[in-house]
Amino acid sequence: MTVRERLRQNISAAFYRHGLLCASYPVPIILFTSASILTCCYPLLKLPLPGTGPVEFTTGVRDYSTPSHESQGDLSERPDWYRGPPVAYIQQVLVKAAVSPWDNSLVPVDVFRSPLGRVFSVLEEIRNHVYTDRSLEALCLQVTDLLPGLRRMQAVLPEHGCLLVSPGNYWQNRRDLFDADPDLLKTVHQHEPKGLHTSATLKDLLFGVPGKQTGVNLYSKKRVVTYTITIALSSYDARFVASLRARLKQLHPSANCTLREDHMVHVHFKEEIGIAELIPLVTTYIILFAYIYFSTRKIDMVKSKWGLALAAVVTVLSSLLMSVGLCTLFGLTPTLNGGEIFPYLVVVIGLENVLVLTKSVVSTPVDLEVKLRIAQGLSNESWSIMKNMATELCIILIGYFTFVPAIQEFCLFAVVGLVSDFFLQMFFFTTVLSIDIRRMELADLNRRLPAEAGMPPPKPGPLRPRETPPPPRPSPHTITLQAPAFRNLRLPKRLRVVYFLARTRLAQRIIMVGTVIWIGILVYTDPAGLRTFLAAQVSEQSPLGEAGLPPHLGVAPVFPGGDPTSTLSGLPAPEPTPLPENQSQGHRAAHPEVAPVSSPQITWGPEDEELWRRLSFRHWPSLFSYYNITLAKRYISILPVIPVTLHLSPQEAIDTRHPQDTHHAPPPSIKTSDLQTDLTLYKVAALGLFAGVVLVLLLFCLYRVLCPRNYGQNGVPHGRRRRGDLPCDEYGYSPPISEISPLLLRGHSMDIECLASDGMLLASCCLVGHIRVWDAQTGDCLTVIPNNGLRRSSSSGCWEHRDGGGAVGGQDVDIFPIRRRTTPARPALFGDQPDLTPLIDTNFGLSPPSQALSSSGFDFGGLVEKAYQEHEPSPTLAFPPSPPPVLPPELPPQNNGDWDSSVWAMELRGNLIATGRSSGKLELWDAVEGSLRCSNEDGVSGITALAFLNNRIVAARLNGSLDFFTVEITKPLGLLQYRGPPGRGSLPPSPCYSSEDVISCQLTRSVQCAHQKPITVLKAAAGRVVTGSQDHTVRVYRLEDSCCLFTLQGHSGGITAIYIDQTMVLASGGQDGTICVWDVLTGSRVSHVYGHRGDVTSLVCTTSCIISSGLDDLICIWDRSTGIKLYSIQQEVGCGASLGVISESLLVTGGQGCVSFWDLNYGDLLQTVYLGQSSEGQSVRQLLVLDNAAIVCDFGSELSLVYVPSVLEKLD
Amino acid sequence: MAEDSSLSGGAPMHRGPYISMITNRTMNLLIRAAMLFMVGVFLALVLNLLQVQRNVTLFPPDVISSIFSSAWWLPPCCGTAAALIGLLYPCMDRRLGEPHKLKREWSNVMRCVAVFVGINHASAKVDFVNNVQLSLTLAALSVGLWWTFDRSRSGFGLGVIIAILATLATQLLVYNGVFQYTSPDFLYIRSWLPCIFFAGVITVGNIGRQLALYEYKVSQEKTHQD
Repeated sequence: MTVRERLRQNISAAFYRHGLLCASYPVPIILFTSASILTCCYPLLKLPLPGTGPVEFTTGVRDYSTPSHESQGDLSERPDWYRGPPVAYIQQVLVKAAVSPWDNSLVPVDVFRSPLGRVFSVLEEIRNHVYTDRSLEALCLQVTDLLPGLRRMQAVLPEHGCLLVSPGNYWQNRRDLFDADPDLLKTVHQHEPKGLHTSATLKDLLFGVPGKQTGVNLYSKKRVVTYTITIALSSYDARFVASLRARLKQLHPSANCTLREDHMVHVHFKEEIGIAELIPLVTTYIILFAYIYFSTRKIDMVKSKWGLALAAVVTVLSSLLMSVGLCTLFGLTPTLNGGEIFPYLVVVIGLENVLVLTKSVVSTPVDLEVKLRIAQGLSNESWSIMKNMATELCIILIGYFTFVPAIQEFCLFAVVGLVSDFFLQMFFFTTVLSIDIRRMELADLNRRLPAEAGMPPPKPGPLRPRETPPPPRPSPHTITLQAPAFRNLRLPKRLRVVYFLARTRLAQRIIMVGTVIWIGILVYTDPAGLRTFLAAQVSEQSPLGEAGLPPHLGVAPVFPGGDPTSTLSGLPAPEPTPLPENQSQGHRAAHPEVAPVSSPQITWGPEDEELWRRLSFRHWPSLFSYYNITLAKRYISILPVIPVTLHLSPQEAIDTRHPQDTHHAPPPSIKTSDLQTDLTLYKVAALGLFAGVVLVLLLFCLYRVLCPRNYGQNGVPHGRRRRGDLPCDEYGYSPPISEISPLLLRGHSMDIECLASDGMLLASCCLVGHIRVWDAQTGDCLTVIPNNGLRRSSSSGCWEHRDGGGAVGGQDVDIFPIRRRTTPARPALFGDQPDLTPLIDTNFGLSPPSQALSSSGFDFGGLVEKAYQEHEPSPTLAFPPSPPPVLPPELPPQNNGDWDSSVWAMELRGNLIATGRSSGKLELWDAVEGSLRCSNEDGVSGITALAFLNNRIVAARLNGSLDFFTVEITKPLGLLQYRGPPGRGSLPPSPCYSSEDVISCQLTRSVQCAHQKPITVLKAAAGRVVTGSQDHTVRVYRLEDSCCLFTLQGHSGGITAIYIDQTMVLASGGQDGTICVWDVLTGSRVSHVYGHRGDVTSLVCTTSCIISSGLDDLICIWDRSTGIKLYSIQQEVGCGASLGVISESLLVTGGQGCVSFWDLNYGDLLQTVYLGQSSEGQSVRQLLVLDNAAIVCDFGSELSLVYVPSVLEKLD
Repeated sequence: MAEDSSLSGGAPMHRGPYISMITNRTMNLLIRAAMLFMVGVFLALVLNLLQVQRNVTLFPPDVISSIFSSAWWLPPCCGTAAALIGLLYPCMDRRLGEPHKLKREWSNVMRCVAVFVGINHASAKVDFVNNVQLSLTLAALSVGLWWTFDRSRSGFGLGVIIAILATLATQLLVYNGVFQYTSPDFLYIRSWLPCIFFAGVITVGNIGRQLALYEYKVSQEKTHQD
């Protein structure tokens, strides 16, 4: 044993044990795996979230100096982007203005008109500020044109000068325009975008505070107007800024202001993802999803396809997360853009292993215990999994040695990802798979039970001893699964569309995707807004939040004019007595009809220090982007704000009024604006909910209307195949329940050699020469023609047939498996010896009384026929297990049979069995009665092949000669009149001819030396007889006059397989592995392909393709017209020759104890049907497709009859 | 393409009853060519963008227009080439009769396309020390792509031939000043270009084979239904 083999064995054993472990303890293992995933992902919490969020860095103001370009190694806490000067220094002047004391004579517009009006004076102050000959003009960031696309903002945003924005920009910084503006709110809001919020609106840009905090609306409760004047400085002059700060503070002192002024914040913006960046990324992701889709689509034959697909995707994703987590844990910080390399990592790691595992597990025998199935499946694939993994690791290692940092990092991630993926596959996915398989088994069991109740006494279950009681299976080996190829039924187009929709759940998916996209858009367009909204909600509602809002917890009112304490009485109370405000907002909201009169207070709290944080993080990038300045990968420095407090007297407010302002006096709505926004939100939510409910209802109705009522109930009792009901509601949607249960035909004691059928009857011949005739529909044994040559002692032909009355089974007890079980078992040590018990006649008491009868025999035909007809409907298993062996007393003698020779060829037509024997004798038997009708001993050379067409029999002999026989029936209403069209054996066989007819078989012509060497194949169809011989030639004869039409030469080896059908298609395969297609009319070779290593063992053609199998156990499917190989199917060893075509698109092949159905068009395996317990180790050697879509397989000494019901229906 | 259709149409002269199928086949060929063309155009656009995008400004309002205006002839050329190659591959398979060793599935094709885009991505984004290293890495990747997803000798040969031809054509184009590369290191072009061409040929060939398989099945289905 080589090292490789030993390794392979060890790996396989290890995987087997592992599979047992996983399937035995699923829950602990899943828990363990989840825990390890979480542990490995824990370091990820420290990583910044991927995305374009800005990064901050805070330094002190005092010792600030512009960072140099060179990296300074000593300052480790400095981020590496903090180099060089910033794009701009942002100086904000935060103005809080209020009219105080407030009195009732003022109108709502006064809340903001005069405070806004003061912006112009402050602006003037700032613009004109000079400190030691430095003015703002010299320091500020000079901007040029706006971007061409922003013409509409030209009037508002500054151009060709300092970047200095304030609410005054709405009025071109001109007081006179402001004074003349009749409706300030309209001016402010005219630039706001309609519909969805974008992240940074013009109002936010100009006011510099979040929209809700400006206080510029008619319903403000606090009556404090807040805005900022934002100055962008190109260079930092500490003294100028300090003097400006001092000057403003001096002019507009802010008492009670404790804002810290010693920190400046540097904000670094990551690279913007523009559309151009996004397109390749989106493309890769689309490809990734297509890959995942096409991969998971292949998962089949499991309980929950989606569940497993999800598990597969989870496996891959969490292995990636684990790899990133582990890499961070060991100090490797990812510098690659995670979003970009992620698809490639998924593709590298791949879903293949998972699929291979699934496939391997589901293809293990179903009757095994789940544990064993998992273990077997794992160990089957262990070698290939290990090999693949080793290869991938090698490739990645090679990649690692390219010494390109990016590739090295990628490889490192991929290695860790691969290993963790392997771990997850082994533990997580295997366990999930075992759970799934177990569920399927349970569902199977539940489904089977009702069906079993209605069935006659069950066949004996598998006798395999088990540790745990397995689910009982009435029919031993049946897999029921969705078989897409059975969708041959034609449905109207309309229905097909509906089914397509239903099958793919298209509508639901579209709606789901739409919802997700919509939510995504909502969240991502306005993350800041959402955040502030949530923050506001929290702070307003929770009592803890109140602490953060100083205006409510009055910090000792400094300003005159406090709250008039409108307590619960709700009096207007216009008294000017200043009282500390201790009423919560909620009380006032409870009495909205009372106009509360309170003097606004201006307070400064810590939240004002960095008011820009409440803005969208896109605020600064969008402001700069208007001037085509990108902040991507650069940073800005935000200087501490300068607080400015403005108090205005009511008189001043009244003076600045515009004549039209008083028109607004009565508040049009008593709702506060907060409430309004809240309400709109609730409205939207309610509407969404309602829409969702309606959609669900609608879909439910659609579902009820469109789907069959029994969808999902798999428990439709299928006690018996009903041929009448068409499964049209099973069109691909509800899984077509095609119960394929094989019927075992037992009775032969030796291996079966010849099989013949004409659709209704089935004849089989075993090595010892027994011929049994079976009913191809029910599987009942009709006749047994024993080979009496070995039982000379009884000196008579003793054959059994099914007798009437139901009480007599004759000796055909072996048909029924149950009796086979009850017969005393042979000692196990002789298990490999042929069972010769039927050959030994132990019934010595039965004296042969047959000599008394005439040689022509007593005719039992009518009696048997009638009895058979009566008996047929009753199921096979209804026989009492041990009937007294009452034999018919009359046994016709068989004195002219040739028992010494073995049967080499057999054909069945009507109810005539033609057998060719090794002695060269041709015999014709009655299939129903089992009597020899005629025999011909003209030839002496053994008959190697027979063809029985119409009333002619062609026999090929070992010496290469070809004999043509004619079957003549003396009664004029003979065989031909009663037979249906050939190939459709739908007529009952009995009236073919009556037993009184004398059948004779005449040798009409004998072609000596038809071939130089023994004839190996003989086929007849469409009036032609085709022979193939070992002399490398194929000959075509006309059936009528036995005239040789062509000799086809083209093979370089003996002919081993020939196919000819009604359409005169002739194909031949030889020992050289070539396949030739011939034109029968002209004798020319149409195509010639090299197909197999070794002999071509069988050939079948359909209208579009040729299917060939060879000694190399390969089944190849060729395009018939072009001769291109479409694909090939690797068969199990020894099963290569067994194949058959059921319909144009359905191929059936034999395997080890099973037959497999393939979709011929696509090469997909549709289904595997296991034939029986005892046949597990045996391979199917012959396979015969009957016209009524039954398949007869020969494995060893048993036959198996498999029905394909859907095809049956189709044929009907 | 015309040559291609004549090849597939004229190969077997014997099938009398399948004339309808032949007409069907040309139809299929057209559909296939159109699909391949679209794939080629799409890949060309995306990959060109990958190459161009290194100095993208923040809000470039004219990115989309620049894609379509700068080299409008590029995507159609790539599309036509893709259609030709994608049809040539299955045709050549048919001619040579070389059996496919690998199982044909869309998931595999998708994987192949993803790796191809990845190779392009690497060529555009990863910073290599020198060009030789970059080219060698990409060549290894391309051959790896072939080995993983194709593994047929004919595929390799065709890939190499087309890559050489395409490289020559690009050299000529650049020589005539139609466009240029920023830092040429192999005469007038970047030295990794042949590798990209090779990988592209393999990828498109894979898609073409898969499509041919599919079309074949469809046509078979149709004849069956008829």
